[in-house]
Formats: sequence, structure tokens, C-alpha cells
Amino acid sequence: MFAPEFEYHRANTVAEAIDLLSSNPGAKVMAGGHSLIPLLKLRLARPGVVVDIGGVAEMKGITIADGNIRIGALTTHWEIESSSQVAEANSLLAEAAGGIGDTQVRNRGTIGGNLSHADPASDWGTVLTALNATLEIRGPGGATRTASPTDFIVGPLTTTLGETEILTAVNVPVLAANQRAEYAKMAHPASGYAVVGAAVVVNVDGHTCTGASLAVGGAVPAPVRLTSVENALTGKELTFENIEAATAQADNDLGGEILGDFFASAEYRRAMAAVETKHALFHATEVAHH
Amino acid sequence: MAKIPIQVTVNGQTHQAEVEPRTLLVHFLREDLGLTGTKIGCDTSQCGACVVMMNGSTVKSCTCLAVQADGAEVTTIEGVADQGNLHPIQEAFWDNHGLQCGYCTAGMIMTSVELLQRNPNPTAEQVRAGLEGNLCRCTGYQNIVKSVLAAAERMGG
Amino acid sequence: MTTRIFGSGIRRREDPRLITGQATYTDDVNLPGMVYAAILRSPHAHARIRSINTDAAKSAPGVLAVYTGADTEGVLNAIPCAWVVPDSDVKAVPYPAIATDTVRYTGDAVAAVVAESRYQAEDALELINVDYEILPANVHAESAMNEGTPQLHEDAPNNQAFHWVAAGGDTDSAFASAEVVVTDTIIQQRLIPNAMEPRSAVASYLSSMGELTIWNTTQNPHIARFVTSLVTGVPEHKIRVIAPEVGGGFGAKIPVYPWEMITAFCSMKLGRPVKWTETRSENYQSSIHGRDHVQTVEIAGTREGKITGIRSVVHAGMGAYLSTAGPGIPTILHGLMYSGPYDIPNIKADVYGVFTNTTPVDAYRGAGRPEATFLVERMVDLLANELNLDPVEIRRRNLIPKFEDGFDISLGLTYDSGDYQGALDKVLEHVNYEDLRRQQAQSRGQVTGNGHHDHGHDHGHDHGHDHGHGHDDQPSATKELIGIGVTTYCEICGIGPSQVAGAVGFGGGLWESAIIRFYATGKVNVFVGTSPHGQGEETTFAQIVSDELGVPVDDVEVIHGDTDNTPMGWGTYGSRTTVISGAAVALSSRKIKDKAIGLAAHLLEAAEEDIEYEDGKFFVRGSPDRSQSIQDIALMANVAWNMPAGMEPGLEASSFYDTPNFTFPFGAHVAVVTVDVDNGHIVLQRYAAVDDCGNQINPMIVEGQVHGGVVQGAGQALWEGAVYDEDGQLLTGSMLDYALPKAHLLPDIETLSTVTPSPHNPLGVKGIGETGTIASTITIYNAVIDALKPFGITRLEMPLTPEKVWQAIQQSGKP
Repeated sequence: MFAPEFEYHRANTVAEAIDLLSSNPGAKVMAGGHSLIPLLKLRLARPGVVVDIGGVAEMKGITIADGNIRIGALTTHWEIESSSQVAEANSLLAEAAGGIGDTQVRNRGTIGGNLSHADPASDWGTVLTALNATLEIRGPGGATRTASPTDFIVGPLTTTLGETEILTAVNVPVLAANQRAEYAKMAHPASGYAVVGAAVVVNVDGHTCTGASLAVGGAVPAPVRLTSVENALTGKELTFENIEAATAQADNDLGGEILGDFFASAEYRRAMAAVETKHALFHATEVAHH
Repeated sequence: MAKIPIQVTVNGQTHQAEVEPRTLLVHFLREDLGLTGTKIGCDTSQCGACVVMMNGSTVKSCTCLAVQADGAEVTTIEGVADQGNLHPIQEAFWDNHGLQCGYCTAGMIMTSVELLQRNPNPTAEQVRAGLEGNLCRCTGYQNIVKSVLAAAERMGG
Repeated sequence: MTTRIFGSGIRRREDPRLITGQATYTDDVNLPGMVYAAILRSPHAHARIRSINTDAAKSAPGVLAVYTGADTEGVLNAIPCAWVVPDSDVKAVPYPAIATDTVRYTGDAVAAVVAESRYQAEDALELINVDYEILPANVHAESAMNEGTPQLHEDAPNNQAFHWVAAGGDTDSAFASAEVVVTDTIIQQRLIPNAMEPRSAVASYLSSMGELTIWNTTQNPHIARFVTSLVTGVPEHKIRVIAPEVGGGFGAKIPVYPWEMITAFCSMKLGRPVKWTETRSENYQSSIHGRDHVQTVEIAGTREGKITGIRSVVHAGMGAYLSTAGPGIPTILHGLMYSGPYDIPNIKADVYGVFTNTTPVDAYRGAGRPEATFLVERMVDLLANELNLDPVEIRRRNLIPKFEDGFDISLGLTYDSGDYQGALDKVLEHVNYEDLRRQQAQSRGQVTGNGHHDHGHDHGHDHGHDHGHGHDDQPSATKELIGIGVTTYCEICGIGPSQVAGAVGFGGGLWESAIIRFYATGKVNVFVGTSPHGQGEETTFAQIVSDELGVPVDDVEVIHGDTDNTPMGWGTYGSRTTVISGAAVALSSRKIKDKAIGLAAHLLEAAEEDIEYEDGKFFVRGSPDRSQSIQDIALMANVAWNMPAGMEPGLEASSFYDTPNFTFPFGAHVAVVTVDVDNGHIVLQRYAAVDDCGNQINPMIVEGQVHGGVVQGAGQALWEGAVYDEDGQLLTGSMLDYALPKAHLLPDIETLSTVTPSPHNPLGVKGIGETGTIASTITIYNAVIDALKPFGITRLEMPLTPEKVWQAIQQSGKP
């Protein structure tokens, strides 16, 4: 396939990139290119200008300090997957990164590009929602703001990112010793994208759940928190029966719009939101039939 | 549309060229440099026939613009053998019937090179997982997996 | 020689160029002055073309020409259907290269652009303005003949492309008097072949000589030349078709398509070499699809489980036009296979070919036989279910007993040789069938009881990473059922003789020819008319020659694919290359040997009767020192200094081989699956295949064919399916939506074999290219249905997506 013509600019700093966006209305930002290039090839995106931020050094790298993992937006999935510090600080991040796409997608695709593209079937939105991540966003004149993943991703391919803003980093809390986390995904056999993905972070005290942060994506236009399930689980002993009963309430949290297609209908995805959450909880808490 | 000057080192040889921004790396390699060993099998980044090594890690060259390769070191299938001596992975594919029509083979071998760099002693399951981004319609993957495992052993993993 | 080269799993001789990136596929061909064609395809499944405006495209940068149907009409003849099955009222409707007034599927060509670069050609396509009057579309084979369904072709009332019936015995009586009858409706979903190399053509016309050369990704260059001459009007001897390296075919590269005819047309008009290469999404729309049957089937049997009859009414979707071999697939290659490996006295296949507003349908790996094998093996399982018989037991009661030279089935075919029980015994022993059934009983007890079992397979990754065998004993939180599928099959391939080809309407012969040429240095070229593209005949044919004549295998080079330097042949498909073309190679080898004996006798001053041959040496009986090697003979024959009277110089032989009968490979396969009751997810845990292709020339290649074949069939069972919406838009338009088998979703295939030589060809071989695909779809399907037995589920539609399984479980009303 063959992309339409566009003008190409390379930015070396965030400020430069934002200047380029400001002076070229309608320009598209390209990080690794794994979201944008397929759209260009299909001629579904026709930006007059592409701003390549792939070389912006200040947006790269991972730093872990004071209970916080700061991941530059240009950090690739592979860098997250393969970082032993990340694995130690937050196993869910490494695990989720390793399940995205394939090797080549993980080598080139970036966490910031993935979030900014806001594909409802992507894994990061769901996982970072459950992990209570905070996104750093830079705008013109050095303006910065932060957003939660659910404030940032608002629908399929839709974020609250302004035309002249760039997502620069993702902050994720280090998992505490009493937190168990897991991501369960039913992957589409062709694309590898999540038909339904469920991310869970559970605080435990012995066998009891003292708090939970659960999110589902893939089935919904944008990741959602499963607050009903969280509430139903909190204070309960983590048994097979309690988990099954709590996840049965996932439906309450999914909102009015469930995605569906010929591979997996809305009805099915709705049911699977509960099933995948259940599976993730079983694994996270190592619950089996006692 | 203005062309962009780029400099790319491919299989050890440095090339300077001017390309349209929209030119895919795979088209640059195949059309401009005549390195047709890298194949195009799909248009959506699924098949992996176009996998090349860029700055030490594999990329699907159909999902990479030539301008993104500016300044990069690229290795294609043509550059895998060392002065005519087959790479152990190439040998292993040959010995183990790891290919039939050969169309996916360049991408499979490039992916396998990286796979064994990152994990010199993989299990069959890890090899299968590592090949997720490479499609083959002929072999059912079995002898490809066998080839990669044999190469790992040969390379002293 | 200690190890015979025939039967030895030597590594392939074609591989060095393929593993180094040095092989040349069609899109790798670049000629001086070459320009690029791109084809504008209809976005509508059915529409009338009111007008086309190409002005803007013609003046776009780099554009040399834009052609529409008005330009090709009368210049390019219609694309012919080459398999007009007799006595079936085939409607060979006009199939223009570029549509003139009506488009009939999304993908039908509307215009072609030629430009200096591919990007410019693509840009210009967007500037062509077509005014369409959209017509209602008809996309379902099942309803295509119903009254009120939109009609595709004036000449084909009710969208009926043909109606074909095959019958043996007396099915009416058999069913009227049957003790048990079971019925089912089977949907053989439409598949996209997905050779990894997309289609491509480079055409170069030399106007001064009137010569047309086309590099073409085809499985059959000689047929391509034949048909190209019919379509372009260029005489056949002025056309050269080169199939260079071909990146897989699976049937999709048998047909002659409009696209390479358009490419040729462009080159003839412009006087420049023109390349056309499809994108993958273009391939999905416009290279042929496979299968697409809706089958209503009945099986009749006794209470003891003896099958007395089988009959079907099939609606086979042909797509919008009849592709090259289209009508032959659901008829000859499908309906005649309803006996499978069983002795079934009464059989009837009643097949309607129908036109729909979809991509044309033609041969796809197995081509008719997977559809037949699925039908038979599904019905046998349903009958077993009805009679409460184990699937193995019912098969044992119906399999044809072992035979070595001919068995006549009720449909009139004569099977060549078979030992079906032997194959079944072998696979059951290999998998330890009783033990599998025990494991299954356990899994059923645990799921339907209160046990919850964790297999841990979706632990942070997508399903399917886990393909451990069977169950572990860990406590578990997911509910998984085990299913076992057992299939015995027999298929038909290596079709011939040509008289039969003619009788069944195939528009060509089905013989093959091979030339073997020894050079003075003792090196050998073998020239064949078949055109392997991954099957490894450059190696296996060299093995035949080496085995027959004692030359080192590395001294033999097999040449194929170029009509200018190979003898006439009908191509590589239908698992025929080794059987038919290999036989021609063997016959030519034997002619060489005969001549060599004559020359050796002359040189050794002995009588011909006294010359013995062993391992590449010709010697006088009783005096092994008085000998001439085949290389000595090759030298002496080529220099011709001392030939016996009447013997021609040179050491070269040509043979034409027309087989007396088909070959009938067979086997028995077992699949083990697990089904997650919570989400409907299926994992193929084990797959064991016993296949019998007669003598094996290269067991490593045989195994590779089975691996790939089984996985392709698994694709149909579990993942693949082309889906159109009601307007005829292809929803599975790219690899993002059409799910091909992937490495991490599969177990190792356990391959075993038995050897029952075919009695009627010189090598005792049978085809192996399609057996895996023919057997595996139904074996896996039956395993899944077997897993779901506790829910009373007896049918599902393929592909068996998690949702379909889950929905069936929900609707079963069982816990």
C-alpha cells in the first residue's frame, strides 16, 4: 500500500514539536509510526504535515524513584517489557508490554503513541487505568497538565489531547508488597488486539481483599473502571465463589455502549468482561478451587 | 512534495539518497537499493515478510518510513551471511526444512536472529511466541520452530 | 551405495537461494524502462457503470495511460472458464478483463492506470471518477437461486451456474428402507487462500517480433500461455510465460486472471514493460476464494452401524464469474468422493453452482475433497452419535478392507490401493486412544461436577500461548472440556488419464513430460512442465534421477517454470506433480539407462544382454572391472566418437506420461482439543496424522507437506472465514480481520505414515500435498463437537470462534 503525499518535519525537542504543530494545523505527530503509518497506507489519514518526534531524547527512558515509575512517552513496549527494574517495581507493566502485538510492534511502538492513538482494543489504556497512572501532557509555551487514563481516552481513536499538545510521559505507582496485579486478554486471532482485556490490581491482607482497582477495555469505546466489582470484592475473602459473585457485577460498570463485530458481538463481549476479570483475579490472587 | 535527504547504512554499505517522505523503508530497500530479498506480504503489519534489522532490533520495514531510517544501520537478509558463509540460522533452516515456498523466509530468519540474541536458549513455546509477527502459509511453523531451536543449539545457546 | 537416495530425507537443493534473499519472485523482476500498472476496483458488489471520467487521472504526474473497459473491449477476449463440466448446463457467462457496463463484485476491475512509479499509479486511481448506479446484491450461495434474488447474468436464470448430479446405487430405495437416517446442514465457509506472495505480473511486448513475455506468479505456466493466447490474441508460440520463484499458491495461482491480461494489454499498448503487483487487500478482494458450500446431507444406516447410503444437495457459490477451474471443484473433485474410505453402496450428490456478487471461487488446497471429506466424516460421527457408537467403532464397521490393486466403489471410481484399518490402528495406538477417552471422562466429571480447573493459559498473554498436552494435575479455576476427533479419509489426486480429463470437461490434458539431458561432464539437467512452488521437486526429482542412474544428486539440476525452456506440462496442483511429472522423470531415466546399456555394451565389447547395472556403473556380467560409469557413458555419448551403428549421439531422453488412473492417498488423523466452558475458547492440544502416500521419495518433504496441510485445515476449523455483509462488502478485508494460523496457537503436528504403494505408476507414489488439509478441518471440528457432547451440541458453524462455542453452550440450557 502506498501513502499519500505529505510534508515531513523532524523535531528534536518537545518545544520544537509543539511549535511545528502550532504552525501546521492538522499536522500529525509520529512517534514509532506504528499507529500512524498503517492509517497513511490505507489513506485513512491524510495529514498535510507529519511531525516526527522519534528523535526527541527528553521523551525517552524510564526512571524509578519515590514509589513512582516515570516512563517517557517514546519508550517502546519492548523497553518496558525487558526492563528488570520495571519488572521488579511493577510486574503488570512488564507483563502487559510483553503481550502487545508482536516483537516488531513492541520494538518500534511506543507507550505514548499507543495511548494517543486510543484504539479501544489496545492494552495500555486498560492496564494503566487499573494502575491509576498519571499522564503528563505538554502544550504551547511550556504549559503542562496531567490527566488520568480515563480522562485522556474518551472514545475510539479519541483523546482529550489538543491539536498542539503532546503526551510526554506516563507515571505509574510502584506496586506495594500487598498488591497483586494481572492482565487477562482475549486476543483477536488475526490482529492480536484485545477483544476484551481486564486488568486487576488487588490489595490483600492474608486472604482478604482490602481494596481493588479493576479495569476493562476492548469491549468498550474507552477503558472503564469496574467500581461495582471493586466494591463487591473489597472486604471479602478471596475465594472462588466470592470472585465469581463479584465479577458477575461487571455489567453495571460497562456503560451504555458495548462494541461488537462479526467476530465478537456486544452480547458476548459484555459477558466476557466479567469472565476475563474473573480469570485475571484468579491468577492475581492464585485462587483455585479449595 | 519536497524530497528529504537520508543516509542509511545497509549491510555495511552507506547509501545517500533523496526520498519522498511517504516512501516506505521496504520500498526504498527493494526499489532504490535493489535489495529484493526483503518481501512484502501484507499491508497491515501482520505478515512479517518485510522484517529487517534496524539499529540492532527488528522492524517491519513496511511500517517504517525511509526517512525514519535516516542515520540508521540496517541489515537485510542479503547481509546475514558472513562473506558467503551461511549464518547458523540459515544453515538450520536449510537442514530442518524450515521453508517451502521461501517467501516468508527472509522475515522469519531476521526475526529469529533477534530472538536468539535476546534469548539464546529458548523453549519451543518461546520460539512460537517470538514468531507471532511472522506468518507462514506452507510449513505450519513446525520446522521453522525446529530450525530456530537447532540454530540455538548450534550457536551454543 | 549404502543408503538409497530414493526415500532419503536430504535437505532441499532449492534452499540456498531462498535463505539468502537471492531468489527472484515476480515482483523482484525489474526491466529497463519498466512502468507500473494499478487497477481501480469497484467499491460496490453490484452496480451499473453510468460513466467514467479519467481526465484528471490522465493528466496526473507520471501517468502514461488510463484504460477502461471501453479500451479493452474487443481487444482482450473474455477470460475463459476451462472446466466446463459436461451434462450440467454450465453457463459460461462473459467474464471481461475490465468491466464495461456492470460490476458484479467488490474487486471487479473498472480501470487501469499506468504510471512511472507505483505511488503515482496509486495516486492517479483516486482521480478517476466513476458514476455508479448501485444495484441490489446477492451474497449467499444458499439463497442465490431463490425467487426475487438479484440476478447477476442475463444468461444464467436464477443465478444457476450449473447443475450436476452424480449417483451410484439406488439412494431412493436405500433411504426409504433405512433403519436410521440422520440429517445435517453443513456450511463450508468461504476461505481466502493467502499464499504469502501476492499475485504479480510483469509483461513485456516486443512489437517488432510480436512476442509477449510475461513473468507471472502461476502454478501452471503452460496453461497460462495457452489461455493468454486465447485472451490477447497473441499466438501461443509467440508467448513466453515465466513462473520464476512462486511464493505459494494453494490453488489461487492456478487460474488465469484478468489482471495479468490487463498488464499484458498495457505493455502491448505502450510498448514498455509493465509491472502489476497486487496489495494484500487487493488480493483478498480479487484473487480467488475457496469452498463456499451449503450442504444439506443425509446419511442412512442400519442399527448395527453399517452405512447404507449418503446423499446431499449442495449449493456451491461460484462468485460473480466462473474462474478457470471453478465448476470442476464442487462437482468432479467433491461429489465423486462421498464414499471416502468406506464401502457405501448408495450415494448421490446433487450440486448446484450459483452466482453471487462475490469474488470468484476456485480451487483452494484440497479443492472439493476437504468439502467431501468433511461431509462424510461429519455424517459418520452423527450416525455414531445417534447409534451410541464410538466414532472409532463405526468406522471399523464400514472401512473397506485392505486391498492392493483396485477396489470399485459405487460411484464408479476404482481406488488404487488402501489399508485404511492399518492407518487407523496406527494412529490410535500412537495417541493411546483409550487413555485419551479416560482423560476426557475425567474432564467431564470435573466440569459438570463441582471441580474448577485452572490451566493457566491466559496468564497475561493472549489465549493459546499454552499448548501443553492434555491436562496437568494442578488445581484450577477454569473449566475445560477435552474433545477427541478421529477421522479416516481417502482422497483423490494425481488425476488422469487425459481421456478422463476430457470426459469430465477439463479444458486440457493431464499428462506430463520430462526431458533428461546428460552433458559431457556427467552433469544433468531435468526439464519438466510442472511448476513446483515450495513442494521441493527440484530435490525429489533429482533424487529420482540419482536413484535411477547413480549420478550424485548434486549433479542434477531440475529446470521448471519457463515455457521457453521446458517441455509442455499442465502444472502443479491437485497433488499431481510427484505422481505424474515424477513418473515422466522416472520413465526418461529408464530410457537413458536403456541407451546407456547399449553404448556400454558397445564400448565394453560385450552383448547388451551381458551388461549389468548397479549404482551408476555398467559392467559385464561376472567382470565388474570391465565397466563404464554413467559419467563415462555421458562423455562418450556427447562426443559421439565411437557410437554403435544406428545409435544417435547424445544422452538425452524425453517422456510423456499419462497415468492410467488417479491415486488415492489415505490416512487416519486424531485431534485433541480443550474447550474453555467460560469463554468458548478452543485450544488445539494435540494433532496426530497417519498418512499413506505410497512410496516416499523424501520423507522430510512429505512431513513438511503434512505439517502445512494440517495447519491450513486447522485454519478453516478454528480461525479462517471470508465474511461479506449484505451489501457485498468484504468485512475480512485484510490480515487484521482474516485470521490465519499463527505459530503460538499451534502444537507440533505428530506425523506418522504407512506405505501402501500405488500399483499403477512407475514409482508407486501417491500425492501428499493436500491430505493434511483434507483431513484436519473435520478432525478438529469433530473433536470440538465431541468436547461439547455434555451440552448436547451437535453442530456449530466454522470458524469455531469462541463466541460461537459460548453461545451454543448458553443456548444448550445445560450447566
